[in-house]
Amino acid sequence: MSNAPLVKTPTAAHDAARTHVKFDPQPGAALAPRAPFQATEAPQMAAQGLWKRYFKGRVEIPVLRGVELEVRRGEFVSIIGQSGSGKSTLLHLLCTLDVPDQGEIRFQGQRIDNVSARRRDQLRNKELGMIFQFYHLLPELTALENVLSPLLIAEGAWSYFRRRREHLERAKELLDRVGLSHRLKHRPRELSGGEMQRAAIARALVAGPEVLLADEPTGNLDTRTGEEILTILRSLNESQRLTVIMVTHDRAIAAQADRTVRLAQGQMEIA
Amino acid sequence: MYKFLLCWRYLRTRYIALASVVSVTLGVATMIVVNAVMEGFTHEMQDRIHGILSDVVFESHSLEGFPDPEGKMEQIRQVAGDYIAGMTSTVVIPALLIFEVQGQTITRQVNFIGVDEKTHGQVSDFNRYLQHPKNREQLSFDLRNGGYDTIDHQGSDKSKPRDRMEIAGWEYRRILAKIKGPIQADRLSDSPPQSRVASAPEPQAPPEELEHEGWTYRRGEQLTAKPPETKDPFERSRPAEFDPANETHCGIVMGIALASFRGRDGTDHFMVLPGDDVKVTVPTAGMPPKIVDDNFTIVDFYESKMSEYDANFVFVPIRKLQEMRGMIDPQTGIGNVTSIQIKLHNDADGQHVRNLLQAAFPPELFGIQTWRDKQGPLLAAVHMETAILNVLLFMIIAVAGFGILAIFYMIVVEKTRDIGILKSLGAASSGIMGIFLAYGLSLGIVGSGVGMLIGLVFVAHINEIADGLAWVTGQQVFDPSIYYFQQIPTIVQPFTVSWIVLGAMAIAIMASILPARRAARLHPVEALRYE
Ligand SMILES: Nc1ncnc2c1ncn2[C@@H]1O[C@H](COP(=O)(O)OP(=O)(O)O)[C@@H](O)[C@H]1O
Ligand SMILES: [Mg+2]
Repeated sequence: MSNAPLVKTPTAAHDAARTHVKFDPQPGAALAPRAPFQATEAPQMAAQGLWKRYFKGRVEIPVLRGVELEVRRGEFVSIIGQSGSGKSTLLHLLCTLDVPDQGEIRFQGQRIDNVSARRRDQLRNKELGMIFQFYHLLPELTALENVLSPLLIAEGAWSYFRRRREHLERAKELLDRVGLSHRLKHRPRELSGGEMQRAAIARALVAGPEVLLADEPTGNLDTRTGEEILTILRSLNESQRLTVIMVTHDRAIAAQADRTVRLAQGQMEIA
Repeated sequence: MYKFLLCWRYLRTRYIALASVVSVTLGVATMIVVNAVMEGFTHEMQDRIHGILSDVVFESHSLEGFPDPEGKMEQIRQVAGDYIAGMTSTVVIPALLIFEVQGQTITRQVNFIGVDEKTHGQVSDFNRYLQHPKNREQLSFDLRNGGYDTIDHQGSDKSKPRDRMEIAGWEYRRILAKIKGPIQADRLSDSPPQSRVASAPEPQAPPEELEHEGWTYRRGEQLTAKPPETKDPFERSRPAEFDPANETHCGIVMGIALASFRGRDGTDHFMVLPGDDVKVTVPTAGMPPKIVDDNFTIVDFYESKMSEYDANFVFVPIRKLQEMRGMIDPQTGIGNVTSIQIKLHNDADGQHVRNLLQAAFPPELFGIQTWRDKQGPLLAAVHMETAILNVLLFMIIAVAGFGILAIFYMIVVEKTRDIGILKSLGAASSGIMGIFLAYGLSLGIVGSGVGMLIGLVFVAHINEIADGLAWVTGQQVFDPSIYYFQQIPTIVQPFTVSWIVLGAMAIAIMASILPARRAARLHPVEALRYE
């Protein structure tokens, strides 16, 4: 168990299974071109023409106006933009917490912006990890329990109980990995900001997602702690081929990514 | 899984929510106590009603009664014989009871009941309520030597002793005769003394000192009491004088509340005792009714603890009553009766038997009712009271429900961001709802569980608590002089208790539905942005 990969590296069969959900069993269909679904070529996460507007009373506030974004597997992309430019809004759309007014979002070739609530819950639970500026740990739970929470959510009482050893092991290992093994029983309010963010990262990874969405993960931390967090993200990206999409308003932080895009006036520009 | 964990953590960290269920607790406890006491009262009352009424009562609408009771019984047996365990006939007539206390004449309106001393005890619990142990075994209308209960045999350890009953009986009668002197038989009655004492009772050592109506007697003065002469009871020769020291009138069993009154402290003060004479005035049968009266000698008291009965009923041998009222057919020698009391086998259905009999006898002439029918209005009133109390108390629990709702709503608002976090981690809306429903249910279980415990403990010690309250406030909470029970009767019915507890839990859950739904419907992004 100890040397199991922290992030599941999907096998080709795995990917094929995902892309062939709508497999047509008719013999002739096998000859049909499958180019747009080529797993290796398709971006892991793609947004096309995303629109999102809010209403303040009668006044329409268009936040996203046709955002285009493509992220490949194993890429570390940072999105920079001024405060209020709609970075969080975009991230919320990407992780299916919210739905766009227009446009499509694809995850591993599948549209995820118009699927059922059940499927979206499942995506957030298992396939997309999220970390936030304000850590968003549950104050009633210890660090360890917070890390376990996605597994607790995924499983019923009985099946969780049966596999609790396995789960505990994985959570502890992750906490060890982010350097928090000495704070297992601490409540969030007994942890520093950096420690909380480490716990949040461990939580985001516990279910083995392939994409990590980070909303200003260093925004609330001092430069050194921010660096440490970023180092963790980088190493995850490099060693586990974890796709990271990070939002920040800090150029120095953004510069550490493979690629940086800028969100301004509701549209993407190359930074 | 996370539902239970979070629900548990929320419970552990938010004791204020427990405050909101205190009213549920109190409501449940009160409801359990009220129902137990009401049930106790109802049961006790039914018991006593059933004690005087047999299972099914067959009665004529007229005070004249109906002739040939044996024939009627035979007919009844033909209709419903399989169900019947025993029958006895009675005559019930309104009458006036007159007796003297310290020279004052007291007149009471009573129900004058002629009973068959051999069979009456088999058909109802009548005998159980008598004050002489031997009469409880087999009723006799002869005055006993003594040995009447001085301790209420149905009472509790707190019943006050009835010291006066110690002297009741022949001894008392002789002393009385000595004070008052022989009374001219004619003075009180036109008819000959109904009975002479057949067996000479052993003279007992009288108490050292006796008080009666302001007189005091010492033992020394009382030595002359000699055994009454044995006389042939059928001797018709009329003695010039009725000798109260050695003779009695016909026996009468009097409701105890007619003969005594209960003081504030629960002691009974007797105005007359077994051995005293009373006079009864009744209307005769036939047209036009005439008024006749006769003397009787009290031989026992009847105490059902239903004040309505104890203050209204006097019993005499049925034959005597029939003679008095001229209800006996001179040719056949068979008397009319006004009702037949029917006792059924234990497993028989009274209503079924009643229906059978109602079909068989003309309703214009005979009323046939079960004992429940006869006390219908009283029992219905008690049921009504219980129902109203239950509705009111349940309202209180419902009000408590709104308290739970308010506190839950606040908790949901406070937890808005956590709800957003849970949703961002993939928790379904139904799961979020589940947290708060489980929260409400746990509070309901705790609230009503504690309420149940408090209620049951309260019921178990209700008399001690009443005593404690009386001691603190100086006010009798449960006044035995009003209720005739020494103790507050209670019956805990598991069905009622579980119904109350489930109802309270349901209210707690219903109160948490609204906040839980709000939590479930929170938009995750709004919730995450919530500060
Ligand atoms: N619920 C909402 N109603 C109205 N306006 C909103 C709402 N949520 C966000 N906005 C607006 O959308 C814009 C983008 O917000 P956000 O995505 O949080 O920006 P960023 O994360 O880049 O700072 C802001 O101007 C904000 O005021
Ligand atoms: Mg933001």
